[in-house]
Amino acid sequence: MKRYAYINDDGSSQELYRDNRISNTKYTLLNFLPKNLWEQFSRFMNQYFLLIACLQLWPLITPVNPASTWGPLIFIFAVSATKEAWDDYNRYVSDKKANEREVWVVKNGIKKLIQAQNIRVGNIVWLRENDEVPCDLVLMGTSDAQGLCYVETSALDGETDLKTRVVPPACMGIDAELLQKIKGVIECPSPDRDIRRFDGNLRLFPPFIDTDVCPLTIKNTLLQTCYLRNTEWACGVAIYTGNETKLGMSRGVPEPKLTAVDAMIDKLTGAIFIFQIVVVIVLGVAGNIWKDTEARKQWYVKYPDEGPWYELLVIPLRFELLCSIMIPISIKVSLDLVKSLYAKFIDWDEKMIDQETITPAHATNTAISEDLGQVEYILTDKTGTLTENKMIFRRCCISGVFYGNESGDALKDPELLSAIETGSPDVIRFLTIMAIGNAVIPVQSKIGAIQYKALSPDEDALVQAAAKLQMIFVDRTANILEIRFNGRTIHYEVLETLEFTSDRKKMSVVIKDNNTGKIFLLTKGADEAILPCADAGQQTRIFTEAVEQYSQLGLRTLCFAWRELMADEYHEWSLVFKEANSTLVDREWRIAEACQRIEHDFEVLGVSAIEDHLQDGVPETIETLRKAGINFWMLTGDKQNTAVQIALSCNFISPEPKGQLLMIDGKTEDEVCRSLERVLLTMRITTSKPKDVAFVIDGWALEIALKHYKKAFTDLAILSRTAICCRVTPSQKAQLVEILKSCDYRTLAIGDGGNDVRMIQQADIGVGISGREGLQAARAADYSICKFRFLTRLILVHGRYSYNRTAFLSQYSFYKSLLICFIQIFFSFVSGMSGTSLFNSVSLMAYNVFYTSIPVLVSVLDKDLSEETVMQHPQILFYCQAGRLLNPSTFAGWFGRSLFHAVVVFTISLNAHAYEKSEMEELSMVALSGCVWLQAFVVTMETNSFTILQHLAIWGNLVAFYALNFAFSALPSSGMYTIMFRLCGQPSYWFTIFLIVLAGMGPIFALKYFRYTYRPSKINVLQQAERMGGPILSLGTIESQPRTVEREVSTLSIAQSKSRSPVYEPLLSDSPNTRRSLGAGGTFEFFQSQMRLSSVYSRNCKDN
Amino acid sequence: MENPDTSTSTSTVRRNSKRPKYSKFTQQELPACKPILTPRWVISAFMLISFVFIPIGVATLFASRDVVEIVDRYDSACIPANETDKVKYIQTPGDKPCNRTLRVPKRMKPPIFVYYQLENFYQNHRRYVKSRNDQQLRDSKEANSVSGCKPEDYNNGSAIVPCGLIAWSLFNDTYSLSRNNVPLNVSKKDISWKSDREHKFGKDVYPKNFQSGGLIGGGILDPNIPLSDQEDLIVWMRTAALPNFRKLYGKIEVELQENDVIDVALGNNYNTYSFNGKKKLVLSTTSWLGGKNDFLGIAYLTVGGLCFFLAMVFTVVYLVKPRQLGDPSYLSWNRNPGWH
Repeated sequence: MKRYAYINDDGSSQELYRDNRISNTKYTLLNFLPKNLWEQFSRFMNQYFLLIACLQLWPLITPVNPASTWGPLIFIFAVSATKEAWDDYNRYVSDKKANEREVWVVKNGIKKLIQAQNIRVGNIVWLRENDEVPCDLVLMGTSDAQGLCYVETSALDGETDLKTRVVPPACMGIDAELLQKIKGVIECPSPDRDIRRFDGNLRLFPPFIDTDVCPLTIKNTLLQTCYLRNTEWACGVAIYTGNETKLGMSRGVPEPKLTAVDAMIDKLTGAIFIFQIVVVIVLGVAGNIWKDTEARKQWYVKYPDEGPWYELLVIPLRFELLCSIMIPISIKVSLDLVKSLYAKFIDWDEKMIDQETITPAHATNTAISEDLGQVEYILTDKTGTLTENKMIFRRCCISGVFYGNESGDALKDPELLSAIETGSPDVIRFLTIMAIGNAVIPVQSKIGAIQYKALSPDEDALVQAAAKLQMIFVDRTANILEIRFNGRTIHYEVLETLEFTSDRKKMSVVIKDNNTGKIFLLTKGADEAILPCADAGQQTRIFTEAVEQYSQLGLRTLCFAWRELMADEYHEWSLVFKEANSTLVDREWRIAEACQRIEHDFEVLGVSAIEDHLQDGVPETIETLRKAGINFWMLTGDKQNTAVQIALSCNFISPEPKGQLLMIDGKTEDEVCRSLERVLLTMRITTSKPKDVAFVIDGWALEIALKHYKKAFTDLAILSRTAICCRVTPSQKAQLVEILKSCDYRTLAIGDGGNDVRMIQQADIGVGISGREGLQAARAADYSICKFRFLTRLILVHGRYSYNRTAFLSQYSFYKSLLICFIQIFFSFVSGMSGTSLFNSVSLMAYNVFYTSIPVLVSVLDKDLSEETVMQHPQILFYCQAGRLLNPSTFAGWFGRSLFHAVVVFTISLNAHAYEKSEMEELSMVALSGCVWLQAFVVTMETNSFTILQHLAIWGNLVAFYALNFAFSALPSSGMYTIMFRLCGQPSYWFTIFLIVLAGMGPIFALKYFRYTYRPSKINVLQQAERMGGPILSLGTIESQPRTVEREVSTLSIAQSKSRSPVYEPLLSDSPNTRRSLGAGGTFEFFQSQMRLSSVYSRNCKDN
Repeated sequence: MENPDTSTSTSTVRRNSKRPKYSKFTQQELPACKPILTPRWVISAFMLISFVFIPIGVATLFASRDVVEIVDRYDSACIPANETDKVKYIQTPGDKPCNRTLRVPKRMKPPIFVYYQLENFYQNHRRYVKSRNDQQLRDSKEANSVSGCKPEDYNNGSAIVPCGLIAWSLFNDTYSLSRNNVPLNVSKKDISWKSDREHKFGKDVYPKNFQSGGLIGGGILDPNIPLSDQEDLIVWMRTAALPNFRKLYGKIEVELQENDVIDVALGNNYNTYSFNGKKKLVLSTTSWLGGKNDFLGIAYLTVGGLCFFLAMVFTVVYLVKPRQLGDPSYLSWNRNPGWH
């Protein structure tokens, strides 16, 4: 499908496509109720309760008042619907804000200020500097004479550097006035989500005759949510609008996330439902038999003669209703309530407030905190997530002299400063390259401060550093560069710029010193690209060593070199270069060849080392979470080298001789397949050894692997605890998440940029860093934190507690419902299988809603282990992963407990209140009190730490139980009139309750004690250790591990020099073809120092 | 969407104002008591329980044993030997007298309660237990509210008071007791709950159309006595939760001596024969715990004994195989270097 955008055509053609209204809302006013109800009823539990509630309307079969189900049901639905409506309203408000923003648009030939939502396809939109692009545009004109403009695309792909966009040749040089009247047609594909590709054609209509169709690429577009920078104005034709923009298409509808706990609860509910059906069938059959054999003889019952349907339907349905309480209706409300409290605890946490910006963490999605405690894989973005995305010039080596050391930067090194004072020529040249060997644009503000607009943060760091070292790059006007050095102003003329390509790995400028007229070639680039081209007479060993040393410190290195060119040589070469530049065939190759003819015989000046500053605590965070059994994948849009470099410096792949870093590369299917198989084989071999392997894959190979070898790649994903994926697109990130999810792992994606949004939405848990790249990720994410290191606390403290608490709360909810249900079932056996309810409607409802819900709700304050202990022993997270605290076998324990307690309550109350005391209401209250007392003690026993609130809730609830029942007993109209007063006056009632509690809790307490002391789980051991006072354990093995980056990195030894990190590559290069390989089969050994649960082990344990 | 700079700054401002106030609750740092199950603690707890339970068990058992109880099953004995069809016999109209002799095993102090005990009688049956209308019983103006009383709601189109199966099947055996040919006064006063007489059964509600239909169930009520004074009905209408139950028939306010012989003149009217239900006459004294019921005492002794046993076992295990609590060597990641 093609779409045609007619430029400036205000006629009917505009109506073909939608306007620019953005809509992220889920509901409209009209469809809210049906759609919301439909969604709520898609959950099994809700369907079940609706069915039960409807059946209860049939008086023939209902044992209790229908209000006891309808009331809670309507309440639950109202709560969820209100919450949904509120969320959707907030989305509506933010959409409205974006839609009503005013932009300059040409309508009917006149430039007008209209609301962004009224932009139609074909309109020309005018933007000023720092404006946000309201929809996808094809650039038509800019303030720049050469038709260039700069955009910041961080909202789109997360890259913060500026990118150049260029006016298509056909429109080049058209006057701004004329642009308002321009007519033409743009042919482009139907909207898609690929933000790196755009293939369109432009044809202008007379009077702008241009017979040729002008091809358009992504370079000619301005995409929605980019910002126009460094350009006075720009204008473009709207081609995709509203939700049909590239961003809108890639936004994807976020599916509501269901936590593993929710899924397990649904599963358990299903199991209970099946159990219930079995019980109902058994009781139904028994009921029919009893009716036929006994009931007819019980003359006082006056059993009527009914049709056969009666036996088949009514009796089982009665039991169904009697057993319907088996599935706790309160569980959803309780869970929603505690989940929102978990979220609040995250919001409130002082320890997750960033002290610089004073921004607290925030849980946007309040429903999935438990999943945080179950994370098995973390997929992390690199730039801005692990690093601060702030490049800082740290050290340099000039002419064999090392500047800067552990104690300080090169910038403050007195030796370097004095070398600058004295005017050492090498140092000055070095600084000159730092200052002008780039494409940086200085912008002088009104107050005189100079700001640099750099395409890559590396260049920015270099220019900044040079400025601090007195070499101030002041101005770039056309080809003239102005530099101020020690108060002197120097002018250079840029003769040629030899741009960076990933094959050449270097960039050069040819400049002429306007004072002396001398011509120089200034080059900077990767060491392996520069050093071999050095002048034969120069010793480069010292630079090799410098590069080695710096990269071991995790710094990004660049080599600087220069050569003076003779005028003749330059002129001769410049002809070749110009010719190469104008060729149409193989231009890139021809240029590279031309460059090679001049980039030789360098005099190497030195090496610079730039730090992409890691965020505080990243290595520690990764190490801690590794110990917690979480696997890390790094997904980055960056180069392989940079990624590996950062991975090394933040413990991601920590270097020691027993690990391996495996490459998956190749440009064709075959190559990828071979390399994939080889890696897989290595992985399989090494899993038996205590050796950790990580693999590295780039976007291109990943594309092929995902397309053709998905199974092999999935196998690999299961085997590998660590992976680095470079140059991946946002949708590939999402695909990787999808793969891990399909293997039934709980995934957490963390990122900070717009390019991470899809991954964040795809993952089970999305965490956004609200950092320098704006708030896109934070907005889309379930949780937003300010610093990567808060992740530890988010997972180990909040996630773990939430999971533990929910695991208890949900199983307990089933337990208490089963308990009362079992009693009802047992009672059926002594009530002639007739389906009489022992308890009255009020008691049943209050039992679910009050008596048993309130004490357990305070389990949200329970802490099995203190935060410090958990932080010191992150391994304890193991119990949370793979649902180890909430699964069918733990549930079986609770099921057994409820059965046991039901037997205890039923037997004791029936026998103690036999004969003359067996009055129905009284017996029912005895049994109910027995249940409520047992609940209180069960909660007490399962609580690990008692705060005042817990005591209040547990014991206060008991008091409330009596208060409430006294109140009911005081009402003459209620069925329970005087019952409770009578009971409480009888000593036998209290003896019965006392007996029930002890008989019910004694064995469980004894068992717990036995397990706790003689079969302790690791949680128990830590609890004991923590509470015995004393120092918490000898943590020798854990503490003795090297913690700091420096120490670990210093042990790094990389076998192949190729893998060293030649880092200079601007981040801006759009073509996915510019990957580089690390050499065939480039495996290099790394070590994992982390605690290692082998993959095999963790799989096995998952089944436990 | 606004300019990112302004958005960041505004949101920072907004968030600043939202900066939570520190409190122990919000930081989940409320002072907490974290009990730990040390052997000493657990063993003493079990010991304590057994020391409390065994005396209670003994006391309740004594209380139960102190109760003197005479139970006489008369359902089959009161059928003349020549009657083969018991059901037909009981359904025949007319008096069916029967004499029983009881011997007092031990001195019985007043008050002595006279109960009738029915077995295999399902007052808790679903159809039965709800077959009544409390409003009608309470309020004379509500005589026509018979909802829930089916099939005993109307008789020839007029409402039955009291309606429903429970009232309809009122127990109607009669006992008159005499000792040494001197009639023993069995008081029928105050055998029902005071609250029922005062609030559940109206003083101005009189039986109407009761047992006047084709099929007569159980007892007949005097239409001139208000329901609040029909104590037998009130007792009967307190449905029992179990198929075996006792209901109070009356009270004897004189002391019975050991070996006293009591003659009971029975009016055997109530049909339990069609469902093989037993009928028993019970004379019982009462203790502070109620009637004779050994269950509580035995259960207390059992639980107390078990607790004692557990305490012993735990003590032995603790002494034989002491175990250090919180020993880090139990942490497998400390123990197993291979995991590093």
